[in-house]
Amino acid sequence: MSDLFAARSQMAVSLAFHIIFAVVGIGMPALMVMAEWRWQRTGDPVLLELAKRWAKGTAILFAVGAVSGTVLSFELGLLWPTFMAQAGAVIGMPFSLEGFAFFTEAIFLGIYLYGWKRIAPRAHLLAGVVVAVSGALSGAFVVCANAWMNAPTGFRVVNGQVTDVDPIAAMFNAAAPAEVVHMTLAAFAATGFAVAGVHALALRRGTVHRAFHRAALQIALLMAVPSALLQPLSGDLSARGVATRQPMKLAAMEGHLRTGPAALVIGGWPDATTLTHRGAIEIPGAISLLLHGDPTASIRGLDAVPLADRPPVTVVHLAFQIMVGCGMVMAAVALWTLWRLRRRRRGYGAPLPDDRPFLTALVVASPLGFVALEAGWTVTEVGRQPWIMQDVLRTADAVTPVPGLTVPFVGFTLLYVGLAVTVAFLLWRQLLKTGVGEVPVGMTGELPIPAALLAMGTVPVSPAASDRP
Amino acid sequence: MSVAELTWTLPHVVAGVMVLSLNAYVLLGGADFGGGVWDLLARGDERDAQRSLIAEAIGPIWEANHVWLILVVVLLFTCFPTAYAHLATALHIPITLMLVGVVLRGSAFTFRSYDSNRDAVQRRWGRIFSIASMVTPVLLGVCLGTMASGRVPFTTVLSPLGTAPRVMAPAVEPLTFADRYLWPWMGSPFAWAVGALTLGLFTFLAAAYLTVEAPTPVLRGVFRRRALQSQAAVVVLAAVTIGLAALQAPLVFAGLTEGRVALAMHLVTAVATITCIVALRRNRFRLARVAAATEASCLLWGWAWSQFPWLIPPTHTITALAAPRVTLTLVLSVLGVGTAILLPSFVYLFRTFKGGGSSFNPS
Ligand code: HDD
Ligand code: HEM
Ligand code: HEM
Repeated sequence: MSDLFAARSQMAVSLAFHIIFAVVGIGMPALMVMAEWRWQRTGDPVLLELAKRWAKGTAILFAVGAVSGTVLSFELGLLWPTFMAQAGAVIGMPFSLEGFAFFTEAIFLGIYLYGWKRIAPRAHLLAGVVVAVSGALSGAFVVCANAWMNAPTGFRVVNGQVTDVDPIAAMFNAAAPAEVVHMTLAAFAATGFAVAGVHALALRRGTVHRAFHRAALQIALLMAVPSALLQPLSGDLSARGVATRQPMKLAAMEGHLRTGPAALVIGGWPDATTLTHRGAIEIPGAISLLLHGDPTASIRGLDAVPLADRPPVTVVHLAFQIMVGCGMVMAAVALWTLWRLRRRRRGYGAPLPDDRPFLTALVVASPLGFVALEAGWTVTEVGRQPWIMQDVLRTADAVTPVPGLTVPFVGFTLLYVGLAVTVAFLLWRQLLKTGVGEVPVGMTGELPIPAALLAMGTVPVSPAASDRP
Repeated sequence: MSVAELTWTLPHVVAGVMVLSLNAYVLLGGADFGGGVWDLLARGDERDAQRSLIAEAIGPIWEANHVWLILVVVLLFTCFPTAYAHLATALHIPITLMLVGVVLRGSAFTFRSYDSNRDAVQRRWGRIFSIASMVTPVLLGVCLGTMASGRVPFTTVLSPLGTAPRVMAPAVEPLTFADRYLWPWMGSPFAWAVGALTLGLFTFLAAAYLTVEAPTPVLRGVFRRRALQSQAAVVVLAAVTIGLAALQAPLVFAGLTEGRVALAMHLVTAVATITCIVALRRNRFRLARVAAATEASCLLWGWAWSQFPWLIPPTHTITALAAPRVTLTLVLSVLGVGTAILLPSFVYLFRTFKGGGSSFNPS
């Protein structure tokens, strides 16, 4: 394995791991706030229980998000020193902003988790809102940095050195709005569907806590359905941006190999060297029609640039198809949900559909959001190759001169696989204990307040600890 | 460059903020690491009580303490990008090892505390947590010590955009892998002394804090003894470090011994140390905690002062490596606005958990 490939793979593994926790950190606080808000309006204890359990889940995952994020902020330099030496001054600002968003999130998550009995209900709800908003903001800030790699602006290159730095222009680059919207919707859709799936599974198996799981399902769907419906629209916007700014990424996504009218290529195995497809269904002119309103409009294909400048088309095309496929299924399930709810208003069926076919659909759709998320990032990042900064700096020129990068790559991969297995195992145990299993609702007590929090005040942890002379 | 010639500039302000943030990390995050060490060393009948006290004191949410370290890193790559790139290259191996420690420690602790089943799996996580807690501070100290003693001069030319990074043509003979990436840190007793001192300091901080947080007289006695022992270790390690600096890191040694500021710093450190020992002996634990924190902060600022005005001694100053002015100004504004939001939030957190007072009382 070449050092460059090892470095790229290590970056990919670390980011693919981190994004899961990042997305949960954006989606879960929104869910718990919705549950608490409903509880305050209806007084239904089941909703309070729900808010508390979701908050506890958030806390477990927050720590893993924090450590994997810490690793990333070092890895940018460990693996791509040349990139960071040039880019740091230009794009560091969103990262600094992100730092403050984390701080705010951590402080108010602390207040939220341990403050149920200590602050007024409205203040408590507000603390939850702050957690949710700062989570979404921190995601938006990093994605701005990533968008800048796709559409670098806010500097000039003179004699190979970056000058005339304008961090504000860099942060608000042309690719940022579409990417931020698409990413934020993805976070809500992915978390919403995953949570809905868990509770649908419990209902489908038959549970004594129907009320609890139905309430959870309802809230999860409230988040999942609108975002899944908006996601294809936002994806279309992203694709249009990519078409103008990164034509080779678009060509790779669509498997558009030769310049000319672009077909919609479904499936198949494109080959960048021979410029051929194997086994694809093609709808001639469909992409040209979508982008330019004219099925004969010519679009640049991969053959427009030398082999060395083409992204790895197979990976990008497959990943794009996976994302769009998942997106379509999720949108379909969302539409079905809406249709069922409409029928219910006309007086048919249960207030929230929970028949077996519907629940089965939710269970099946449950992992799709996360699959689409990973696939979408693969499209964005691999589709940008061979550039780390589009048309400015090549990935191969940015990599660290340190040799033997296979060793850290293998090491971190094993570490992350181990962590992923453990997190899954622990969450499953947690679920068995509290959710899917048969333990009665109402078990989640207050979390004990950590001594460190108490020590911040002047009150001793327990009366015995008073050591005032 | 002597101090007198220096004018305080924007880059120095940013560097000061970075040390301040590192200071917060040492006082808050450092004690978490130290807690892990005491977890490993927990002995006797009270073993389980000690461990649960430590676990409670850390509290999972306090992974937030990491944010201080992240802030340092982000400020480094935004405001001193070439320094960040250079350090991440030259110290690639110890930083990578340190990260493994960060990951294992943070996640092992969370897994242990959220998994309610007390079984073998949980004990294994406890073990990983403690070992990672020991290794990580040592490596952090080794990295700082290597940098401060001028053992990682720029050897890699960070290339202009569009060309591959080159290793500067070595003057006499080509540098080997070991010369470039292992020897600078591995072969420096001074760096390892700084590593040991960091570990000692974190361990001492944890013990001093735990005396305040211990719920029973027995536990308080245990941590009082440990605080005194680790205080002694810190004093010895600090002396060894200064001794090695005299031999191997003349720049650091000069910074630590010359001038009135250095003298004043030594004085304050000495007063804090003595206060801490006396306070511990007299069971004035709150006072001991404040003294311990002061002592640790003084040691950190002592290091910062000793390498001032260099960022990468002995060749590159803080000013020379700074990002363009506009970046620094913007980052400082972000810091200002961020602090304006965070301070009231902290005050709110503080007041919420102060008990009594302003807190809401449900019927
Ligand atoms: C729940 C997840 C999810 C779903 C259902 C979709 N996407 Fe997506 N997509 C992402 C999650 C995502 C992502 C992981 O969040 C990406 C990576 C970078 C980004 O901004 O969003 C992404 C990137 C991304 C890009 C590349 C943007 C760039 O490189 O700048 C395009 C063109 C699309 N998407 C298009 C679509 C279309 C047409 C969809 C139709 C259904 C779709 N996405 C569904
Ligand atoms: C969390 C979601 C993200 C995922 C899953 C992701 C995924 C990936 C993948 C798969 C690669 C390897 C591409 C290749 O070399 O073929 C990569 C590279 C990289 N990513 Fe991302 N990425 C994410 C977000 C970001 C963000 C927000 C940034 C930064 C600011 C970023 C910076 C980089 C860098 C510097 C590289 C290495 C250079 C390169 O390969 O172009 N990524 N990422
Ligand atoms: C190169 C890219 C990235 C870097 C350097 C990075 C860095 C970090 C760091 C240091 C943390 C821990 C902060 C803490 O202690 O709470 C973190 C957490 C987080 N990151 Fe990332 N991140 C990257 C990519 C992303 C992306 C692409 C997103 C999202 C869209 C994202 C969203 C988040 C969120 C929401 C958290 C909070 C964690 C939680 O609530 O569980 N990050 N990140």
